[in-house]
Amino acid sequence: MRQRSVIPGFGLSLGYTAFYAGLVVFIPLAALFIEASNLGWGELWQTISAPQAVASYRLSFGASLVAASLNLIFGLLVAWVLVRYPFPGKKFIDALVDLPFALPTAVAGIALTALYTPNGWVGHLLNFKVAYTPLGVVVALTFIGLPFVVRTVQPVLAELEAEIEEAAASLGANRWQTFRRVLFPALLPAMLTGFALAFARAVGEYGSVVFISGNMPFRTEITPLLIITKLEQYNYAGAAALGVAMLLVSFALLLIINSLQHWSAKKTGGK
Amino acid sequence: MSFRSLLAVFGLATLLSAPAFADREILNVSYDPTRELYKEFNAAFIKKWQKEHGETITVRQSHGGAGKQTRAIIDGLEGDVATLALAYDIDSISEKTGIIPKNWQSRLPNNSAPYTSTIVLLVRKGNPKGIHDWDDLIKPGVEVITPNPKTSGGARWNYLAAWAYAKKKYGSDEKARDFITKLYRHVPVLDSGARGSTNTFVKRGIGDVLLAWENEAFLAINELGKDQFEIVVPSISILAEPPVTVLDKNAKKHGTLDIAQAYLEFLYSPTGQDLAGKHYYRPTDPKFVKKYANQFPKVNLVTVDNAFGGWQKAQKTHFNDGGVFDHIYQPGN
Repeated sequence: MRQRSVIPGFGLSLGYTAFYAGLVVFIPLAALFIEASNLGWGELWQTISAPQAVASYRLSFGASLVAASLNLIFGLLVAWVLVRYPFPGKKFIDALVDLPFALPTAVAGIALTALYTPNGWVGHLLNFKVAYTPLGVVVALTFIGLPFVVRTVQPVLAELEAEIEEAAASLGANRWQTFRRVLFPALLPAMLTGFALAFARAVGEYGSVVFISGNMPFRTEITPLLIITKLEQYNYAGAAALGVAMLLVSFALLLIINSLQHWSAKKTGGK
Repeated sequence: MSFRSLLAVFGLATLLSAPAFADREILNVSYDPTRELYKEFNAAFIKKWQKEHGETITVRQSHGGAGKQTRAIIDGLEGDVATLALAYDIDSISEKTGIIPKNWQSRLPNNSAPYTSTIVLLVRKGNPKGIHDWDDLIKPGVEVITPNPKTSGGARWNYLAAWAYAKKKYGSDEKARDFITKLYRHVPVLDSGARGSTNTFVKRGIGDVLLAWENEAFLAINELGKDQFEIVVPSISILAEPPVTVLDKNAKKHGTLDIAQAYLEFLYSPTGQDLAGKHYYRPTDPKFVKKYANQFPKVNLVTVDNAFGGWQKAQKTHFNDGGVFDHIYQPGN
């Protein structure tokens, strides 16, 4: 027998969900595939596997992974501090975390470029270049991805009462054991979600990156920029082809992250 | 003021502005650097139309990168007139949509270009690297700022101007290609648009020379830093003819064809020509060429049609995927 849910109208809400997902996600994606299919297999493969395109995937996905990893580590730290320690200005810092969401990305790009060019406030202190190198791309992607890990880990961490840590300690666990055996497994699913969100956001980012990257072919050219250059030639099908390539890689990576999450939830005896 | 009289004033204001809803309006779809020019030009045109027809009209503006604006029109942005950077862009509109006839460019004088411009070199005050012509750009230690020709219309003009110079000086297409390859080795950043490059050069202080539209160069000098930059006019440059056209089908649909046509013709009138000169575009009317002769130094100008066989061909040879520009960045080149 089907279990009764608190909210009635399963059929209606399922229908609505399917309709909404179709309208907002599937139809645009289908249009992308149809546009790309105008090319035919040979040309499609040629567009996707062109050396310049391959170099751009390496940068786009590589920089996004690095940025999401940085956000994973430091996002966890920020969330920890915000949840566990009272300090003056806490509300302010908490609000600050969301700013990268609210700021138009072009503004973020221009601001970061101004800071990190060789004669910028930060740039002139460093003896290596940040703006106009792949490192600059990582900086921009880290900035825009910051809120994701913080905001996904924060509520989970708030649920984990400090008493649990004390209980672990009273049973003889040292600090490292408490973290590894008690806290980390509970936090891992949220961390993975945050990582996946930050990564997905970074892969698609255009506005902030084009200002700081310098857009040099083969070196600092991200895939979204390559898509724009196809559009400039009215090559809609070619642009869609690169879009499809990005979509498939992103989908595969997100699938891996999600199954990791599933696995970790199972292991800790969750759902 | 009492609440009641405030209400009365408010009511009166609503009453007076009510007919405004019935005003006819036109939309001018243009590119980035024309913002200042059309702001002033539109005001003058509205005044003139009011005087001659007793009708209050509105002119709306849309600005953005030339390529993006063109795609917007193709994808359904219902502008009444287009004032863009390249004839190639407007050709694409005619080719892909049928909004305008194929012979659009012959409908107005001077290939439908009411004003022209060219590409100049902007250097830092005192010209510390001694840059006087295109070949100085490939001297060791010189950094050149120009946007990415794959994404920027202005960048294509820069590239073609340099090519035209090299071909004339060194005598062949192969040598011109070598020169262009060397030139782009001196470019540390390829911004996605012309304004981006201006920012990189002016605000970030990167590079020794900026390749720029003449009007952008003047703007940089007059508004961003009077004593920081100098314009160097090269021996050869390219004649840029930013064309204008009525978007027939859209204007007919809106019932604004008469306004749209008068609007473009007004660009060729003394008022329009004077405003173009004031905003650093080169007027085409001889009278105003003379008036602004001091502002615009004489340059030996080639046209895209003569030197490159037209935009379609130039685009295909140089800027499309697999073209000359792409080869510059192939590894091992």
